[in-house]
Amino acid sequence: MDIATEAKPEAIVLKGRKVVAGRAEGEALVTTETISGWGGINERTGTIIERRHQMRDVSFAGKILVFPGAKGSSGWSAYFHMTRLNGVQPQAMIFTRMTTKIALGAVVTRVPAITELDQDPLSVIETGDWVVVDADAGTVTITKKKT
Amino acid sequence: MKLTDYEKAMYEGEHGRAKARAMDLLVRYGEALGAERLVETNNVAGAFNASTPSVQAIAQKGMEHIYSELNLDSDEVVEVPHMVAHTCQLITGIDNDNWELQGVDKSLVDMQRANEKYLGRRGVNMFATCTPYQVGNVPVKGEHCAWMESSAVIYCNSVLGARTNVEGKESTGAAALTGRIPYWGFHITENRRGTHLVELDIEVDDMMDWGLLGYYIGEVIGEDIPVINGRSHQPDLIKLKHFGAAAASSGGVEMYHIPGITPEADTVEEAFGGRKIKGTFRYGTAERRETYEKLQSSTEKKVDFIMLGCPHNSIDQMALIAHMLEDRKIHSDVQLWVHTPRAIKQVAERNGYIDVIRDAGGVVMSDTCPAISRRLPAGTRVIATDSAKQAHYLPAITGVQGWFGSVSDCVDAALTGQWNGRA
Repeated sequence: MDIATEAKPEAIVLKGRKVVAGRAEGEALVTTETISGWGGINERTGTIIERRHQMRDVSFAGKILVFPGAKGSSGWSAYFHMTRLNGVQPQAMIFTRMTTKIALGAVVTRVPAITELDQDPLSVIETGDWVVVDADAGTVTITKKKT
Repeated sequence: MKLTDYEKAMYEGEHGRAKARAMDLLVRYGEALGAERLVETNNVAGAFNASTPSVQAIAQKGMEHIYSELNLDSDEVVEVPHMVAHTCQLITGIDNDNWELQGVDKSLVDMQRANEKYLGRRGVNMFATCTPYQVGNVPVKGEHCAWMESSAVIYCNSVLGARTNVEGKESTGAAALTGRIPYWGFHITENRRGTHLVELDIEVDDMMDWGLLGYYIGEVIGEDIPVINGRSHQPDLIKLKHFGAAAASSGGVEMYHIPGITPEADTVEEAFGGRKIKGTFRYGTAERRETYEKLQSSTEKKVDFIMLGCPHNSIDQMALIAHMLEDRKIHSDVQLWVHTPRAIKQVAERNGYIDVIRDAGGVVMSDTCPAISRRLPAGTRVIATDSAKQAHYLPAITGVQGWFGSVSDCVDAALTGQWNGRA
């Protein structure tokens, strides 16, 4: 499949490494802060609950979650696992910092996931942008939201 | 990922469906990490036990459903054989004795007990604590482990010099059945060197000092490896247990070096192992003060719940609390819960500490903690705790306001019903 022809003219394409296979598209939710799983999210609503987090009370359910990665408790994977069982998982994950928490979490959330992108996704992608994650092709295609 | 012949055989189902599903998870996980291979482990500390309402629906279908879904991420339901690695259960959601005080429904207690029997027979040792290193699982330097519990992982890597990444419920479930875990991160010597230098400009002595330093370091370091220089006092198990838990709460620190104290470096140079220092932080009076303020999330002086013992208390911490409560009574509006591993509780019982705490009006809890169980005494609005980790998590999880302070400030709050803590 040729990504360039599929993308709209104004689209930006980033290349990276597949973490979990699959393809998903949706609206981006971008945070420059790492996320705690256990103790940092509500697994029934997909909402970030950490005190002092820039995305507190915001839900990532159905979004393309763009973030630096995981922090905090080892319950990270178990809590994101439960967001999947509860149907409030993000549609895909784009992250910059590889750890065992985020790797295992992405695997058990079973959503397309990608890292090691050739540009910093946290500065290229903004909340509200339309993002296509094709993990198998190793691409992230961004259509900027209308300002 | 490269697999040995034996691992391939497990993957292909020659050793049963459970091991095949476990290998499938380990391969998916290893490839996500970019690991080249697996490493053998004979020391697994995980979360197997069923003690929360969300697990109840799965438990009703049978215990093998819980393990298959939550410990192996497997859609196929598999019979669970005996664990091949030495395996223990970390903290759980229910105190097997004090469940009524926690407000736990009897049906959940029955589920937990039935699940413990199921797991126990299969070789999951019921330590039921976040501090397995306090009750008999003390890995030796260089030992490859697969541990969960961020406060235990940082202790395992840094203080004991054993090797583990922060594993999860699914990877420990798979490791226990296969004796394998991805060879990545802290299993590899080069990845254990320091990245950042933290220079101490002030004395760091008591437990609260170490908690504050840990919370500060987690915030500024994130997931990197700090090397702490300028230490003026010798820390012990209690202080490092507290320090690590704090650093793994505000950040994702999984390893640190205190040259001369921790086993992999005698000097700052050795801690960095020839690596370039990525950054230097200075910790002084202003940083300590700012960290202390960050941990306070309460505006109300009147407290109604005191939580002590996160990570679970050592016997010496139990002795200290008993000493402070001797012949005194806590305030009638306040509940005091003190948490310690069940094995240590038994010693505390024989020493008479439990009687002293009980006579003062407190409760000694084991197997769980309020953050894990999400259970506090009914009507709790304002808590006080000596744990930076609980002060970080409890307000977020349960919506209460929180004070953080020293053990004596917390005991004082228990006795007076008022928070008078000082930085």
